[in-house]
Amino acid sequence: MRSIDAQFGLLKAVRRVSLTVEAGETRALIGANGAGKTTLLRTIAGAHRPTGGSIVFDGTDVTRVPVHRRVEMGIALVPEGRRLFPGLSVEENLSVAGGHRRGGYWTVERVLELFPILQERRRHRAATLSGGEQQATAIGRALMCNPRLILLDEVSLGLAPRAVAGVYESLRTLVSGGTTVVLVEQDLSRALSVASRVTCLLHGEVVLEGVASELTREQVIAAYFGTYGATAVGATS
Amino acid sequence: MTWINVLLQGVLLGGFYALLACGLSLMFGVMRIINLAHGDIGAYLVWVIVNQTSISPFLAALIVLPVMWIAGYAMYVLLLERSRRAGQLVPLLTTFGLAIVIENVLLQVFSPDVHSLGSTAGGLATASATFGGVSISALGSLTFGTAVIVLAALQLFLSRTNAGREMRATAQDPDAAQLVGINARAVYARATAIAVAIAALGGIFLAIRSTFDPSTGPTQLIFAFEAVVIGGFGSPWGTLLGGVVLGVAQVVGEQINPQYAILFGHLVFLAVLASPRGGILARRAGEA
Repeated sequence: MRSIDAQFGLLKAVRRVSLTVEAGETRALIGANGAGKTTLLRTIAGAHRPTGGSIVFDGTDVTRVPVHRRVEMGIALVPEGRRLFPGLSVEENLSVAGGHRRGGYWTVERVLELFPILQERRRHRAATLSGGEQQATAIGRALMCNPRLILLDEVSLGLAPRAVAGVYESLRTLVSGGTTVVLVEQDLSRALSVASRVTCLLHGEVVLEGVASELTREQVIAAYFGTYGATAVGATS
Repeated sequence: MTWINVLLQGVLLGGFYALLACGLSLMFGVMRIINLAHGDIGAYLVWVIVNQTSISPFLAALIVLPVMWIAGYAMYVLLLERSRRAGQLVPLLTTFGLAIVIENVLLQVFSPDVHSLGSTAGGLATASATFGGVSISALGSLTFGTAVIVLAALQLFLSRTNAGREMRATAQDPDAAQLVGINARAVYARATAIAVAIAALGGIFLAIRSTFDPSTGPTQLIFAFEAVVIGGFGSPWGTLLGGVVLGVAQVVGEQINPQYAILFGHLVFLAVLASPRGGILARRAGEA
């Protein structure tokens, strides 16, 4: 019922990428640095204007819809580098988010329940948090928008392994709740284990797409580094 | 006793400067725009209403402030929004140009004659009370009281309300703010509206306490800037402190020699700029 077609003519960053994500799906975007994953996510969220192509969300063309309106429609991005409001407390970072989508399932209390580590830090300024706590706050902040589609950009970057495990644990809770997830992940095995489908980008183009459990690690690695053959296995429209 | 009196007059004058500076501080704090067109229109609008209807200037202010609020909102949407897209310096030039336009329109419409609202305020401008040798002017206290209330309200708004949180979030990271559903454009327009309305309030007090003509706004602006720089950008209480420091410096200078009033204010301002703290301010402004 929910589909996103994104075709871009962006110079270099993302080239004529078409991507369809079904409702409830967890999609991993993988690829080397500079493959265009972040640009793609930011374009879906509306933070980046595509030079060509269109983005359709839930049957509506949102290509020209500004970022904050897309949040109202149910698209939320957890940006690379977290981008918390450093001078606001954890609680304020959460409560400031959501705008017109406040009043859904997610409240400050429910987010703090999902991330117990934030409970005692709720009145601390975001700038004083550890990396894991900041990431949890960033995800929580996106949840406060009650998204139907959540876009996660490198949520494990710069985190201790234990913090990463915690973040992915909470992701599973989300997915089982029916939220559609598109995530960018550097760690291949993590990406393959959490995602139902995987899309691999190389130099701004899709080189491989398929069901995570059906792809072999070798196939993915080959696509990742561009040593893969011209025809992609399992590629869909 | 003289010095207690001097200090008190300085503090009261500081309240007036804080009122003038508050909008500047807010606009710079939220969107890094230095607004040079800072609401001399408010005083003239009140003057027109008072002349036409002979109501109290404070009642007239109740009508004028919402009008200035809307004018501020429109100013952002129509002018500043576009100029912001062109880079950091363009909004400054835009407001500079707007200030010149406003000054000349006022000259054209109201002539260069000097006006004052003092006589219309029903003796308030000259009333004072004396406590053991210290005299407190009614208007000075009212101005200071208004400044404290306005700044406290602004502080509460920023820290307690949702719209205030949105304003702080947008000031810190406009990109991320939009990603969580905040309409940054509306937030900026709101901040400009608040700033212009408060500046108009300052202008009205100026018009009651002394005289004004089309070039008064631009001359007062330097004091507003000094108060903002002394107190630090973006914090309401800092602005009040900056205004009070400037006011006390001027009154102390005046006590030594009436010619020194403005000079002392400038010296304190320069001292703050030259101090290590001034350096921090400059760096912060550089990062922005």
